[in-house]
Amino acid sequence: MNTSFLLQLLVNGLVVGTLYGVVAMSFVLIYKATQVVNFAQGELLLIGAWVCWLMLTKYQVPFWVGMPLTLVFMFAFGIAVQVVILRPMIGEPIISVIMVTIGLSTVFQAALKWMFGVNPQPFPPVFASKAVDLFGLQIQTVYVMSLVVSVLMMLGMAWFFKVSKYGLAMRATAFNQQVAQSLGISVKNVFAMAWAISATVSAVAGVVVAVVNGVSSGLSAYGIKVFPAAILGGLDSVGGAVLGGIIIGLLENVAQYVDSQYLHWGNLYEIAPFYVLIIILMIKPYGLFGTKDIERI
Amino acid sequence: MVARSTIPAGDFRTSYAADTTIFPTRTSRNFAIAGVILLCFAPQAFSEYWLSVAIQIGIFAIAALGLNILVGFTGQISIGQAGFFLLGAFTSAYINNTYAIPVFFAIPLAGVITALVGLVFGLPAARLKGLYLVIATLAAQYILLDFFSRAEWFSGGSVPASANPFSIFGYTLRGDRQYFYVVLAYVLVCYLLVTNLMRTRDGRALIAIRDHYLSAEIMGINLTKYRTLSFGLAAFFAGIAGALYAHYQLVISQEGFGIERSILFLAMIIIGGTGSIMGTLMGTAFVVLLPESMEWLSHNLKGSSIDKALALNNNITFLREIAIGMIIIAFLMFEPDGLAHRWRQIKTYWKLYPFSH
Repeated sequence: MNTSFLLQLLVNGLVVGTLYGVVAMSFVLIYKATQVVNFAQGELLLIGAWVCWLMLTKYQVPFWVGMPLTLVFMFAFGIAVQVVILRPMIGEPIISVIMVTIGLSTVFQAALKWMFGVNPQPFPPVFASKAVDLFGLQIQTVYVMSLVVSVLMMLGMAWFFKVSKYGLAMRATAFNQQVAQSLGISVKNVFAMAWAISATVSAVAGVVVAVVNGVSSGLSAYGIKVFPAAILGGLDSVGGAVLGGIIIGLLENVAQYVDSQYLHWGNLYEIAPFYVLIIILMIKPYGLFGTKDIERI
Repeated sequence: MVARSTIPAGDFRTSYAADTTIFPTRTSRNFAIAGVILLCFAPQAFSEYWLSVAIQIGIFAIAALGLNILVGFTGQISIGQAGFFLLGAFTSAYINNTYAIPVFFAIPLAGVITALVGLVFGLPAARLKGLYLVIATLAAQYILLDFFSRAEWFSGGSVPASANPFSIFGYTLRGDRQYFYVVLAYVLVCYLLVTNLMRTRDGRALIAIRDHYLSAEIMGINLTKYRTLSFGLAAFFAGIAGALYAHYQLVISQEGFGIERSILFLAMIIIGGTGSIMGTLMGTAFVVLLPESMEWLSHNLKGSSIDKALALNNNITFLREIAIGMIIIAFLMFEPDGLAHRWRQIKTYWKLYPFSH
C-alpha cells in the first residue's frame, strides 16, 4: 500500500468530484426546469474557459475583472442560446430537442477549435504561492480555491432555490408548467433563466479547471462525465447531482490507484465512470435521489 | 404508408394488402427496378473516385438504416452507433482471420454478434424511457472504444487490424468495381428487409411505441421486448455495415469512429427524415457528399479574399463539423421530416403541375 499516493489521489478526487458536482448541478438545473437533456454542457464550460483566457491573455485584464466579465458574457450567452435555438423547439418531441443540443455541441466544439486552435493553452497564474500546507499535506492553491469556489456555488444555489423569488418560480415551473403559468409565472423567462444560470455556473467550473490544467478542447469531457454523476444522483435532484459528482470524482481516482498498483490495464481512470453508469442504469435507474416517474394518461 | 397525394385520382384501395404495398403504382415499381438495373452499370460509367464515394454511401446507409429503426420508428435515440459499427468491423475480420470462416458468412455473423452485444447495453435501458437509452449508448460508445484499444488479441490494440478481401466460391473480388456489387446487394436486401418489417405486425408495434408508449402497452404490446428488439436491430445493421466496411478498407483502425461519427449517423437520418426508409438513403448521400462539395467550394475560393480572411483551407475539417452541426439544428427546426418530406412535396407539385390549386 502506498498511502501518501492514495491520499493524494483522494484529495484529487474530492476536488475534481466537486467540480463534476457543480457541472452536474447546472446540467440538472436545465433538465429540471426545461426537461431538456443538455449534451452541450461541456461546451458551455469550455466557452467560459476560453472567454476568460482570451480576456486575461489578449487584453491583459486582471483576473478579478476578467472573471466577472466572463460570467456576464456567459449569462447573456445562455439566454441567447435558449431564445434563438431552444425556444422554437418548445412543444417538439423530446428526442428532437436532445438532438438539437447534440448538434449545438458539435457546432460549439468545432467553432472553438477553429477560433482558438487545437493546442492546449496555459492559463496565466492567478495565485502567488503555488501550494499551501494543510495538515502536513501539500495541496496546490488552485485546488483549495476550486474547492472553496465549488462549495460557495453550491451554497449559493441552495439559497437561490430555497429563498429567492426566481428560484421558487423555477421550482414551481419544474413541478408543473401549466400550474406555474396560471400562477403568473412567465415560463418563457424561467426557461431562459435556467439556461443563463446553468451557463454561468458551468463557466465558473470551466475557469477553475482551466486555472488548474490549462485550456484545451479536452475540457468538454467534463460535459460527458456529467452523465454518470447526474444519473447516479438521480436525474432531477440538484443535491443528488452534487453527491454523484463527488462519488464519480473519487471513484475515478480510486480506479486509477487500483489500476496503477495492481491491475496495470491503463486508462481505467477514463472508463470506470461509464461502467458504473451502466450498472446504475441496470439496478437503480432513477439514481439515489431521483423521483420515480409515475405517469398519468 | 404512402402519402395520399402521390396516389393517382380514382385509385381506391379496397384491401389491407393493397394499402400496405411498397410501391403505390405500377410505374413507381418499374422506376425502382429500372433504377437498380441502371445502378448495376455504374461501375462501368463512374470513375474510380466516384465509385468509392458511392460505396461509402451504401455502407453508411445500412448503418443509418439501423439507427432509423431505433430513432425514427421506435422513438429512442442512440449515440453509440459508431461503436457498434466498429464492433462489426473488428468481429468480421476476427472471425474470418481466426476461425477461417469465409467472408461471405462472416459478414452476417458479425451482424448477429454485434446485435447480441448491443442487447447487453440496450437491456437496462429498454425498460426505461428514451432518455436513459441515450446515456446508456453514450457509455457503450466509450466502453467499446476502450475495449478495442485494449484487446490486442481482438482488434490489434493500437495497431490497425487487417481484414481479407471479399471472396465467394474461391473467387476473390478485388477493387472498387467488383466490391460495388457486394455493397449494392447488401443495400438492396437490407432496405427491402426493413421496408417489409415495417409492414408487419412487429413493425406496427414499434411505430405504436413511438407514438405513445403507454397506449401501446395498454393495447398489449410488450414494451421491453420491442424496445430491446429495435435496439438489437439497430446494432445488427451497424454490425453488417461495419463488416462491409472492414472488407472494403482491408485495414480497420478506430481512428475517426468516436462520438463524432455517431453524431454523423444521427445527422444522416435527421437530414433524410426520421421514420423514412428512402429518406435514410438520401440523408446518407447528403452527409457523405457534403465534405466533397465543401472541398470543391474551398478549392474554388482558393486565393480569394474570403479564403484569406477565414483561412478556409487550413480549417476545412472544423468548417465541416460546424456545417454538420448547423445542418442538424436547421433541419430539426425548419424541416423536421427531412429530405424525404421535401421529396414528397416536389412529387406532389409536379403531379398537379401546372394546376397546383
